[in-house]
Amino acid sequence: MKNYFKYRKPKTKRSKRFLESRAPKLIEDVKTAMIMKGGNTSQTVTQALKDIVSSNITRPFEDSTSLEFFSKKTDSSLFLFGSHNKKRDHMPNDVCVTVSFVLFAGRLFDFHVLDMIELGIEKYVSLSDVKASKCPEGTKPMLVFAGEAFDTDNEHKRLKSLLLDFFRGPTVSAVRLAGLEHVLHFTALDGKIYMRSYRSLLKKSGCRTPRIELEEIGPSCDLVLRRTHLASDDLYKLAHRQPKALKAKKKKNISHDAFGTKFGRVHMQKQDLSKLRTRKMKGLRKRKGNVVAEEQDGQAPKVAKEAEHTE
Amino acid sequence: MAACSVEALLAKAEQEEAEKLKSISVQKELDLEFDIGNLLACDKNRIDLREFREQKKEDFLRSLARDNTQLLINEIWKQPTERVQEAIVVKLPDPATPLPREKPPPKAKPPTKWEQFAKLKGIQKKKKTNLVWDETRVAKNEYNRLKNIARAQKGKVPVMGLATSTQQSKEELSLAVSVAKTSTASAGRFQDRLPKEKAPKNMGKKRKFEPLIGDFSNERHKQLELLKLMDGKKPKLDITKAVNKQMREEDREEAAAKYKKRAGKKGRKGGNMSGKGKGKGGKGGKGKGGKAGGGGGGGGGKRRGKPGKH
Repeated sequence: MKNYFKYRKPKTKRSKRFLESRAPKLIEDVKTAMIMKGGNTSQTVTQALKDIVSSNITRPFEDSTSLEFFSKKTDSSLFLFGSHNKKRDHMPNDVCVTVSFVLFAGRLFDFHVLDMIELGIEKYVSLSDVKASKCPEGTKPMLVFAGEAFDTDNEHKRLKSLLLDFFRGPTVSAVRLAGLEHVLHFTALDGKIYMRSYRSLLKKSGCRTPRIELEEIGPSCDLVLRRTHLASDDLYKLAHRQPKALKAKKKKNISHDAFGTKFGRVHMQKQDLSKLRTRKMKGLRKRKGNVVAEEQDGQAPKVAKEAEHTE
Repeated sequence: MAACSVEALLAKAEQEEAEKLKSISVQKELDLEFDIGNLLACDKNRIDLREFREQKKEDFLRSLARDNTQLLINEIWKQPTERVQEAIVVKLPDPATPLPREKPPPKAKPPTKWEQFAKLKGIQKKKKTNLVWDETRVAKNEYNRLKNIARAQKGKVPVMGLATSTQQSKEELSLAVSVAKTSTASAGRFQDRLPKEKAPKNMGKKRKFEPLIGDFSNERHKQLELLKLMDGKKPKLDITKAVNKQMREEDREEAAAKYKKRAGKKGRKGGNMSGKGKGKGGKGGKGKGGKAGGGGGGGGGKRRGKPGKH
């Protein structure tokens, strides 16, 4: 599959630019996400997908089409796939059918699936259900993860990383203070993950930093972590490898010790240690009367001069 | 007394400060971990399940979110700020959380044959700027720009017939009028005339052709006349006239050349030199013999040929 795309050589400038935009780069662009719905998605799931991305792009596809092929076509590395499946629980007495809405969230590395997590949607409140003024689309949201699980459980840690990838938006060097409106809060609690979306109001607080008040907007869902397909540690490490060019240049001859003190190395030419002038000890200086002192005398003004220079 | 009041004041000030800070301070067991570059905060504190179940879920979550957001905002506000076009903007550090890349980092391309050679020889790449400052073009652009402005503001734009807006002669004005009249879609054919204005002569056709099949007698007459002329011994070309015409032309050219020279040198209008008169007197005159005239005519004819070459 990879080779099919590589064999083509660009014949026009436009196609060349297109291929260059898809080629691996030093500093990568913002990750784009494919939002897909499976064969039998319900209203809720579709609504959920739309709200999360606040766009109308849903690509229905048959199961036969490979996810990876699609990601190559659209050059996206994140995906969100919604469906609902009916589980038949064969209890001894009766057959009960549980219908659950399911969301598959995942990301790809080099067009192969890196991580994929199945999340069951237990409760869902859509954008339209919540009556409140919304944040303008495209604001970079503030993300908060609460709960021990996000720090201790491996799967939760991956989920946190995945959610961060999904929601963080483009990396910017500066942010308008008044534009920090959107807050996404994820709480891992009681085996569930509660996602809530708020609009933050910056109120006067008497000092420079404002006081925060939150107003619930946007979709909220209660998710349950189900099956996961996580990348092996090796693949995960490989995916994190940064090109050498991006590594911060280390300044030579500067080191820090445990306390944070900065040490530097200064390279000097070879010095004749016998001719070194150390601190002047007035008491050790010979008196002017002596013969030896005459030599010293000659040297004394020199010493004084040098001392002046060094001090 | 005074001491008491001072103490009281200080205490009051402290209290006020504490209150101010109270509004933004949040008590947590463990400090949050921040990644300001991603606007991310991680709260690792244990969440009391009992509290969660007692309270209304949404309220509990909201208060938790409020506290965490407050801490995140406090952290963000510690960053350096600057003013960019009427908005205050805070500078974010680089994102700290390592996230996997989309694609593997690009492989270094092997240097091409030229690149290898250049490296070997120590040739550096010099960038050519293909934009060169051109004074004449700049001046022309400026002129056109001003003209456009003048036209846009319906100012005075110099018209075809009138170069200057100062005194114009009668001929210039009439020329301007005629040019203006003809500058229409139908080339001036349907333009109205002033009451005393004369109809323009020689409008439209510059040559008149007889209709193909029209006046038979006229055509016949013309053809016979032509044959008569061809048969006749008298030459059609009046040689003296031709010669004189030629001479006049040459004199005029000389005079113009001299005038230009004079104008260049002294700026005087030399103009009408006696070159004309000289030429007339000196060269052929009227009523010389036929042969001499013929010779002169031949010479004139020859001379005519020469300027033609040039």
